[in-house]
Amino acid sequence: MGIKGWTMIFVGASFTLYLVIAWFSRVRDTRGFYVAGRGVPAAANGMATAADWMSAASFISMAGLISTMGYAGSQYLMGWTGGYVLLALLLAPYLRKFGHFTVPDFVSDRYSSNVARSVAVLCAIFISFTYVAGQMRGVGVVFSRFLEVDINIGVMIGMAIVFIYATLGGMKGITWTQVAQYWVLITAFLIPAIAISFKLTGNPVPQIGLGSELITGDGKGMGLLEKLNQINAELGFDSYTAAFGGDAMLNVFCVTLALMAGTAGLPHVIVRFYTVKNVKAARWSAFWALLFIGMLYLTAPATAAFARYYMIDSIDGKTQQELPAWFENWEKTGLILWLDDGDGKLRYSNRDDNEVFNKGGLTGPAALLGWDKIIGSQGAERKAALKLLNGQKKIRGPDKDIIVLATPEMANLYAWIIALVAAGGLAAALSTASGLLLVVSSSVAHDVYYRMINPEASEARRLLVGRGVIGIAVVIAGLFGIYPPGFVSQVVAFAFGLAAASFFPAIVLGIFNKRVGTIPAICGMLAGIGFTASYIIGQVYFDIEPWCFGIKAQGIGTIGMLLNFIVTLALTPLCPPPDERVCALVDSARRPETAEDTAPAAVDH
Amino acid sequence: MQGYWRKNVTIMVVLLAIWAFVGLGCGVLFAKTLNQFSLGGFPLGFWFAQQGSIIVFIILILVYAILLNRLDNEYSGDAGKEELAAAAESAGGAEETEE
Repeated sequence: MGIKGWTMIFVGASFTLYLVIAWFSRVRDTRGFYVAGRGVPAAANGMATAADWMSAASFISMAGLISTMGYAGSQYLMGWTGGYVLLALLLAPYLRKFGHFTVPDFVSDRYSSNVARSVAVLCAIFISFTYVAGQMRGVGVVFSRFLEVDINIGVMIGMAIVFIYATLGGMKGITWTQVAQYWVLITAFLIPAIAISFKLTGNPVPQIGLGSELITGDGKGMGLLEKLNQINAELGFDSYTAAFGGDAMLNVFCVTLALMAGTAGLPHVIVRFYTVKNVKAARWSAFWALLFIGMLYLTAPATAAFARYYMIDSIDGKTQQELPAWFENWEKTGLILWLDDGDGKLRYSNRDDNEVFNKGGLTGPAALLGWDKIIGSQGAERKAALKLLNGQKKIRGPDKDIIVLATPEMANLYAWIIALVAAGGLAAALSTASGLLLVVSSSVAHDVYYRMINPEASEARRLLVGRGVIGIAVVIAGLFGIYPPGFVSQVVAFAFGLAAASFFPAIVLGIFNKRVGTIPAICGMLAGIGFTASYIIGQVYFDIEPWCFGIKAQGIGTIGMLLNFIVTLALTPLCPPPDERVCALVDSARRPETAEDTAPAAVDH
Repeated sequence: MQGYWRKNVTIMVVLLAIWAFVGLGCGVLFAKTLNQFSLGGFPLGFWFAQQGSIIVFIILILVYAILLNRLDNEYSGDAGKEELAAAAESAGGAEETEE
């Protein structure tokens, strides 16, 4: 059976499983809908958090980024896992102790202000939709390559599945589906990595294989990392293991820190800690979550290095006849493209003789030509076109998103393994999309509708509104997938920067500093958001030079966060302290949990 | 309840210091120096950035969960109840800042 047949089986089977789980975990009340009845065991919540958090970006894009960036790619590994430590130590147990439904709920209660709530709601919705758009792209890539259906149909199938289990089961349905999705995605990630590690280095543990010697090819007996450094040097790329590749230390530092604080401030991850029984379970579930996430994150660097080796080894210097089948398969998607300069040999390098591209957006004179003309060009015309293309960094080399998906094919693994990776990619994208959609739903239906518009709404009505909003959100997310906004990759940086500059300081200070009142907190949030947003927008849309110490858009959230802390703390002594109710609230979070605190949480599950 | 909160904050600060040292320190700030040494087939800085830091992060959360849950048990026992009652009387007492 071919790749397509196996993919049909795996995708069909996993989708059926998600629907069955959804049917068994349907809910009848808002408590079940928003916080899964607060009855999820710690380990299960850990798995669900892991699936929720590991998106198409972690599964599909991250290893590709590390593969291309080398050392500097570590910022994603450390940023996204290090953020969990902040979350576990600074936020999760306290937020669970407060016992709200959503993050805006906490912000408005702690700062007794609906303005603060509105700012938080807007941030939550913006971050969620930004993220969902990225997931939809992942779904589209997988469907178009492996099932050879139109991207739009792929997106619609994915959306229909999410629609069913999210509206039926709310948080409860999503949680248990995510537990299943975790196992699908981790299996799909580990099996190819183990197989390739064994094939390349003779050691089945990818983490050890990464530091071992090659047992095949012309680099036999040489360390894998050493070989990669050699290849990179020959082809004009930055060293794979030297500190920061082509990047500056300050920039790597800021990006890492922004991703850490951003992770800790992401609303769809925070709400997961509202679903467990008590504070102790919240602490344990943070541990389980990072352990489960670590299984993928410790393997990704190995996958990245293996992919780098195969990518160059299997295509560089090859003629049309010698090129492997995977190259042609992926060429159909436009994510990798070979434009020969006339010598009949493929050249992939970081210099002007590079002939490998991806069909990204063109700018300047190349845009006037357009892809059709460039691909149709010959002789001197082709050479001129190549020169133009090599001037554009973004379209040079293959699209980073194909690296994880194509590596099993590069290594000639069995068809069923390749199909499993497709199912894993879908699981990663769908689990994150559903978690985010629930945040949108709870922000609108709970924070805006119930808390601000109609506080007298009945339980049944609130549930209906919650379901309705999630339905609408799914449709909007689907539209993002079908008509992808060109800015997806840039706005992801935005989502993290915003989470780091807005939620993170507000929540941390809300818990650890009793003196901070409403006005300083709101001013701090606005200062953080305003600075971060204007810096990113300026850099991405108006090509303004990174004027702040050369920090790029991705890392500016760090400065935004500092600004938020400084503004809030500087204004605090000048403004009135919070009232007694708030002080009592903060005090309650600082006491160990007693049996009375958790008693009402007992719900059948 | 001051005792409980103070111990809580101490544990947190120590663990976060390790977090910053390993993640931002070994992974980024001292990477160039550490890369001169090697561990197995890895340059040391590279290993910290792509493997070591993540392993340490997992251990930190594990230690935190164990220590804090133990602390909770300690203070929600009889000794803790008395202190809790005392704290309830003087609610909104002395202020503490952490940042």
